[in-house]
Formats: sequence, structure tokens, C-alpha cells
Amino acid sequence: MTSVTARTTPPTPDLRRRPRPGDIAARMGFRFAAGLTIAITLGILIALIVPSVEFFSEVPVNEFLFGTRWAPRFADASFGVVPLITATAWTTAIALFFAIPLGLGAAIFMSEFAHQRTRRILKPVLEVLAGIPTVVYGYFAVQFIQAVVFRDWLKLETGSFSVLSAGFVMGIMIIPTIASISEDAMSAVPNSLRQGSAALGATRRQTALKVVFPAALSGIIAAIVLGVSRAVGETMIVALAAGQQARIVGGPLEAGQTMTGFIANAALGDSRVGSLEYNTLFAVGLLLFVITLLINLVSIWIVRRFREAY
Amino acid sequence: MNDIRNTSVAPERTGSTNTIVHASARPSLEVPVLDCDSVSIFYDDFRAVHDVNFACLRNEITALIGPSGCGKSTVLRSFNRMNDLIEGARVEGAITYRGEDIYGPEVDAIEVRRRIGMVFQKPNPFPKSIYDNIAYGPRVNGMKVDSMDDLVEEALTRAALWDEVKDKLKQSALGLSGGQQQRLCIARTIAVQPEVILMDEPCSALDPIATLRIEDLMQELRNDYTIVIVTHNMQQAARVADKTAFFTAEANDTTGDRTGVLVEFGDTATIFESPHDKRTEDYISGRFG
Ligand SMILES: Nc1ncnc2c1ncn2[C@@H]1O[C@H](COP(=O)(O)OP(=O)(O)OP(=O)(O)O)[C@@H](O)[C@H]1O
Ligand SMILES: [Mg+2]
Repeated sequence: MTSVTARTTPPTPDLRRRPRPGDIAARMGFRFAAGLTIAITLGILIALIVPSVEFFSEVPVNEFLFGTRWAPRFADASFGVVPLITATAWTTAIALFFAIPLGLGAAIFMSEFAHQRTRRILKPVLEVLAGIPTVVYGYFAVQFIQAVVFRDWLKLETGSFSVLSAGFVMGIMIIPTIASISEDAMSAVPNSLRQGSAALGATRRQTALKVVFPAALSGIIAAIVLGVSRAVGETMIVALAAGQQARIVGGPLEAGQTMTGFIANAALGDSRVGSLEYNTLFAVGLLLFVITLLINLVSIWIVRRFREAY
Repeated sequence: MNDIRNTSVAPERTGSTNTIVHASARPSLEVPVLDCDSVSIFYDDFRAVHDVNFACLRNEITALIGPSGCGKSTVLRSFNRMNDLIEGARVEGAITYRGEDIYGPEVDAIEVRRRIGMVFQKPNPFPKSIYDNIAYGPRVNGMKVDSMDDLVEEALTRAALWDEVKDKLKQSALGLSGGQQQRLCIARTIAVQPEVILMDEPCSALDPIATLRIEDLMQELRNDYTIVIVTHNMQQAARVADKTAFFTAEANDTTGDRTGVLVEFGDTATIFESPHDKRTEDYISGRFG
């Protein structure tokens, strides 16, 4: 039956290129999405840079970066950004002081110690926490942490606002981010490494800290960097709870205005487009952007330096 | 030295009554290093192996063979309580290490694993330097060592790896070949000076030359250690093992679950040349499945 066809030479295979409209459309679509993302980012950057250039044509960069008096709206205006930077540094440092140990602790617990059932409940709860609007956190900081806990209960010497309450609540806000992403990183470490460690007589704690943690380090650093970036860029909480007075912050119980706090405040005002006051917003925004960029670069360096890839 | 409990005082264990010398094993006055007595192992409700009895003697190599899924790895893992890491895994019956029940209420699994080491099927070096891979075990165990460098060198030498890596101890272990990684894992196990080494198909990812090197190594290590090895390679079992245990899986008529059973245990020569059980003979001669 088949012998007849088998004996004739088979037709030359048709290997010509075929039109695949679906593929072409998909590729164009993805290219468009990627291009648009880059375009939007560049657009924002340009929108930041153009008014900033105008700003720096009137205010020398030196005076801006190292000046210690921030009074852009006063008659004898002064544009030293140092006070804003100190407030941002305080709130960020305080936030990280609480968020890094608690976030990493929660992540290690969930990934290395908790039963599967506990983890299945805890993880979504944490992720819901991450979704609470920051306004809510901000009011919580002013009305409860600052007014009730710090002043009424602990009788701390502090006013209506402080970088401590803002930073502390911001830390709480960041915990789920740090915990969730580092937990992902640690869960991704192959189980064979945990078994290898256990077979040598290591305890769970030793395995978690000496094998899993270093192996997951790049993911953990990424989590912390995201936390830092969120803390530096967080606006609502600091605008509400840290204070609106731009002054150099010398201690955690003092109030102060952060960079984002200034932008939020000033943007609500009625500064004329193109005025120096208006351009000030963008100069501070650009500075924020540069700081975040630097943090990212440092983190990439840290990861390259210390990572134990598996 | 043999105290695997949390408490520090060990009761006299000589002449322990819970030691069974099996008919198939050569009669010996010595307490077996490892002894399973009616051992069944479950994963939740699933009975993976049923009623296993055999013993491993000091300075002998015992091979566990049998078709895939018959529970060899499960039995092996129960010897150093690695099953503890699997949620739902449970052991019934008694497994004793030098007469001491390793599942006893006071026993610390960490102490068991410290004395009964394990080498896995897939090499699993830590993503650390070669040196740190070896030093890790002694460090976590708080072993008092005069010189860590010497200990690392000794472990690597015993695992026949020293010459190949002595110039790159600070480099990542992941840069080694599969066979070198497996020898590194053996060296890492030796470094904590266990008494027993369990090996789960240690050569399955290796080429024939690397396999032979590991087999030579096992022969060498046998002088100081007791070794239990799982292997799918019949020649390997025949080459290296003193005793062989043949397992198979039997389907339950009602539930259809396949449960592993120990078919035959004895001197390797007997198992391979004149097995008593038809199933062993079929498997050995390749007539199985
Ligand atoms: N972690 C686990 N959870 C649930 N069941 C398991 C687990 N590990 C093994 N089993 C089951 O136990 C039985 C025995 O498995 P085991 O891995 O011990 O077999 P094996 O003899 O080592 O097989 P192989 O030769 O393929 O490695 C199998 O039915 C398997 O499905
Ligand atoms: Mg197996």
C-alpha cells in the first residue's frame, strides 16, 4: 500500500519563510509597550530638568546643595536645601531602623520556620498591609503615635510633629514590602542547600542565617533598596506628621520638613508657572531623583560584591 | 561520644536488649551501627515503606537497591532524621544507632545528623568558596579544631580532591565540575567526622570515570566509616557493597497505593549470585518491569 509512495522520491521540503501575522503583531505590541515606558520616563526626566536648569541659572548649585537656610518664599529668599535633607535623612533612617530588622525577621520566620499553613495566611495579610493608603498611616502618626503615645503616655518632650513619629510609622508601612520581597528571595533558595546544611548537623537557625540568607542576599538587598526608595520618596506621612517648618533637624523628637514634604506643600500653593518658586519644586524633585539613583547604584555594587549565587 | 540526647549522661548500653541480629546477617557479637526493627514510614496517610528489618555493621558498606519508588531514599533519610524536614513524614518502629533509638523522645535530630552524615544524589555545594564549604560543618558544630586549614586539607585529601583544588580554595565551589562537586560534598561530610555516611545515588550525575573515583573513595572510607548507599547501578552495588538490601514496591489491593517492602537482605555475593527470592533474581537479572 505505502510501498508505491515510498519508492517515489519525496517532494523537496518546503522550508520557505511563512507569513506569521500573529507573531509580527505581538512583537510590534511589545516593542510599543517597551518604547512607551522609556519615552514616559525620559519625558518625566526632561520635565524635571528643564525647570531645574532655569532654577540653577538663578541660584548657584553650591548655594542650593550646601546652604543651611531654606526659605524660598520669604522676601529675603534663601535656597539652601540642607534642612530638607536632614529631615529626609532622619525620617528615612528611623523608618529603616524599625523596618529592616522587623521586615527581615518576618521574612526569615515565614520562609524558614513557619509551617506552610501559617505562611499561607501570613503572606497575604502582609501584602494587604502594604496596600493601606499612606494618608491613613499619616493620620495614625499624628493623631495617635505623636499625640497619644509620645506625648500623653510616654511624656516625651516633643511638639505636635516629630520626625520620630513620621519615621516610625513609615517604617511600619515599609515592613511588608521588605518582608514580602525578601521572603520571595529566600523561598527561592533551593531546598537542596537546606538539606545539605541540615545533614551536617546545622540547626535551623544556622541554616537560615548562614546558608539561606547569604544565598538570597541579592533579593534581600533589592527589598531593602525598594524600602529605602519608598522611605525617601514617601510624601503623605511626612507631610502630615513630620512638620512643615524647614529647619535643620538635630534629634528624633524635633519637627522638620522633608524634601517630599516641601514639594507637597508648595505644590498646593499658587506659585506661578515659570516663577523661581515654581522652579524650586523641580530642583528639589531632581535632587530626590538623583539620590534614589545613587542608592540604586550603591545597592548594585553591594550585590556584586557580596552575593553568593546559587 | 555516642550520646545523642540532649542530656549529658549516657546510660550503659552494652548488652542492650533491643538489638536484633537478623538471620540473614552474619551473626555478630557487635552491636550494629544502624538497626531497623519493623520500620514503616508514612507521608501523611500514605505508607511509603512497610515493615523493614535489617542492620548495618561497623566498617561495612550496605547497598540499598530496587526499582524506582520502592522507598530506598525514604529509608535512607530516616537513618539520620532528614525526614523531619518533610512535613507529614512519620516513622513507626525503631531505628537504633549503636543501640540508641534515634526517634526517642529525648533525642536531638541535630546530634543524630552530626554523627550520621549524608551525601545527596545531586551535588549540592553551598554557594560559598571551596574552603568555606568544608569549614561550614565544623563551624556550625562548634568543633574545636587546632587549625581549620589543616582540617580542610585533610578532608579534601581524603575525598581525593585536594590536588585539583588546592590552588583555588577561595574560589566558588560552583565553579567545579559535577564530579568534583560531589567529592566536595563528600569531603564536607567527612569534615565533621561522622561515624556513618549515607549516600543517595551519589554517582547518578557522574560519568564512569568520576563514578569509579567515588567508588574507590568509598572503599577507602570504609576503613573508618560505616556507609549506606542507595544505587540503581547493579554493578556498583556488586563492586562496593558488603551487604545488599533489595526493596520492591507492592500495590495494595484495595487502595492501589504502592508500598515499599524489603524483599531480601544479605551478603552482596549471595544476593547477586544465589538469591533466595524469585523477585530478587528477576530484578538482578534484569527481568524486572
Ligand atoms: N516528600 C515526599 N512526600 C510525599 N511522598 C513522598 C515524598 N518522597 C517520597 N514520597 C513517596 O514515597 C515513595 C518512595 O519514594 P522514594 O523517593 O523513597 O523512592 P526511591 O526508591 O528512592 O525511588 P528512586 O529510585 O526513584 O529515587 C514514593 O511513592 C514517593 O512518591
Ligand atoms: Mg531515591
